[in-house]
Amino acid sequence: MKRLLLAVGAGIAAFVALAFLVLPIVALFVHTSPGRLIDQLSDPAVKDAFLVSLRTSLIAQALIVLVGTPTAYLIATRRFPGRTLAITLVELPLVLPPAVAGIGLLAAFGRAGLLGSTFDALGFSIPFTQAAVVMAVAFVASPLYIRQAIASFEGVNPDLVSASRTLGAGPARTFLRVVLPLARAGLAAGIALSFARGIGEFGATIMFAGSLQGVTQTLPLAIYAEFARNFDTAVAIGAALVLFSLVLLLALRLLLSWQISFSTRSWFRFGPSTSG
Amino acid sequence: MADLLLDEILVPLRAFDLRLTLEVDRTVALVGPSGAGKTTILRTIAGLVRPQAGQIAVAGQTWFDAAHRVDLPVDERAVGFLFQDYALFPHLTVRQNIEFARRHKADDYLERFRIESLAGARPSELSGGERQRVALARALARDPKVLLLDEPLAALDSRTKATVRGELQELLADLDIPTLFVTHDFEDAAALAGRVGVLVDGQLRQIGTTQELVSRPADPFVASFTGANLLRGTVTGASNGIARVRLEDGTVISTVEPAEGDVVVAVYPWDVIVGIEPPHDSALNVIRAPIRTITELGNRVRLGVGPISAEITSESLRRLGLAAGQVVYASFKATGTRVLSRAEAAP
Repeated sequence: MKRLLLAVGAGIAAFVALAFLVLPIVALFVHTSPGRLIDQLSDPAVKDAFLVSLRTSLIAQALIVLVGTPTAYLIATRRFPGRTLAITLVELPLVLPPAVAGIGLLAAFGRAGLLGSTFDALGFSIPFTQAAVVMAVAFVASPLYIRQAIASFEGVNPDLVSASRTLGAGPARTFLRVVLPLARAGLAAGIALSFARGIGEFGATIMFAGSLQGVTQTLPLAIYAEFARNFDTAVAIGAALVLFSLVLLLALRLLLSWQISFSTRSWFRFGPSTSG
Repeated sequence: MADLLLDEILVPLRAFDLRLTLEVDRTVALVGPSGAGKTTILRTIAGLVRPQAGQIAVAGQTWFDAAHRVDLPVDERAVGFLFQDYALFPHLTVRQNIEFARRHKADDYLERFRIESLAGARPSELSGGERQRVALARALARDPKVLLLDEPLAALDSRTKATVRGELQELLADLDIPTLFVTHDFEDAAALAGRVGVLVDGQLRQIGTTQELVSRPADPFVASFTGANLLRGTVTGASNGIARVRLEDGTVISTVEPAEGDVVVAVYPWDVIVGIEPPHDSALNVIRAPIRTITELGNRVRLGVGPISAEITSESLRRLGLAAGQVVYASFKATGTRVLSRAEAAP
């Protein structure tokens, strides 16, 4: 009897949890008809926000990959004093409230900030520009990529790297022909994760970059701006972002299963038939 | 003939310092327990580990010289390195693995190692023996001036091992480059190398032909590694130039070697004769005890009799109808014993 009660209790809890998590998402799509949802998206403010989001996210992502990949490789393959500290610092933005990230960025790069006078002297100011959006996105999203990249690089058998070197390949060729192909599924997953986080970035951006339509107003900021003006438009942007997140999540699932099956024999089901 | 030269190499390891001076002209095997520093030596030659001092030269070219700050990068050292688990690139096919070395047409090597049919396969689809052949082909496709083999047979099951050992034997006989390989198996070393060095805790205890190691082991460790029985005891006296040694279990044995105090007597299992009746022959040492264990070694068997193990053919085992628990006589000649001082710390 007791067991039955427990099972029923757990079942109810699971139902409540799932309903609670799914209901707001469902609500976005049933709030108005699909046709009207699409109509709302043709609002010029939405188009501007979409372009700002796309542009800043792509630039931020490129920077994250460009700087984050060597950083992660260094941390994954070298043992140096302060390595644990470096990992902790890289992960810190993950647990930082976005508002704190925003105020921190202002304190560092703002007019009155640490480096503000330096930038002033050089004749440019960062806050409330698109560069600020890129920085805010990079700040909150890069840890997700770097963490995943470290794990992926650590997963590459060091003997394979050594073997490549003994076969006459220099460090660059070894990285491109051995390390990168073996870590690529994990790296791609890292990109998906950090891109998703970057697209949704709100708190740090609004503090550091503001919400100027066509300049710094990203999709999440547009939701906030529209929700006072036209609730339906805000809902429509929300629904579009949900679809986008869903696609990313599915891609991530696929990538991670690719990574796992990669270590077993069925890798070539996913892999290209040749790689140069 | 190109030479590999290691001169007073020093690599500090966690538990001890690895120190080595070694000249390799043909094939040299390094044997020793795991953790003795064998793999570190190979990695040092390849440039994957940087020694603190010493010199490495191959075919007259200096690869490393601590005093003159010479340290060639790994990819500029022409080594053929066979990793213990072969380290084949899992994302490349057999052909692509061999082409990775970028020196020769892969076809020549696919043919030479009889792996043409595997050219399009991924390493995960290969058997242990096939992987080894691919790894060897890849290592040689790099045109190495020295071949380094890390436990080339350890990853194989015992059946495959015999075949692969034969193939490796032929290959090494054909190759004209110095080869250094490490193994923990004295038999593999004896089968593949002209000279064998015994490495313990980073020190080369002895180096010589297998014959020399067996007939003149420098210390109890070398003796036990070459497969000898090591009998610990105390010398109780001598007469007619023959010393008597009382073993720890009370058995008294005789040896022609000079002995005094606490000693270790080395006897090779193949020098021990096993019979079901007391022997009437020249052997001075006879141990009467039940058979403890019977271990098959291909066409031979190793019998544990009291404190000693004896090696006889499977045929003899059948002929005598021996079984575990049966009381037998194990005998060996006093001239077949080697006395090693116990001070030469046996591990």
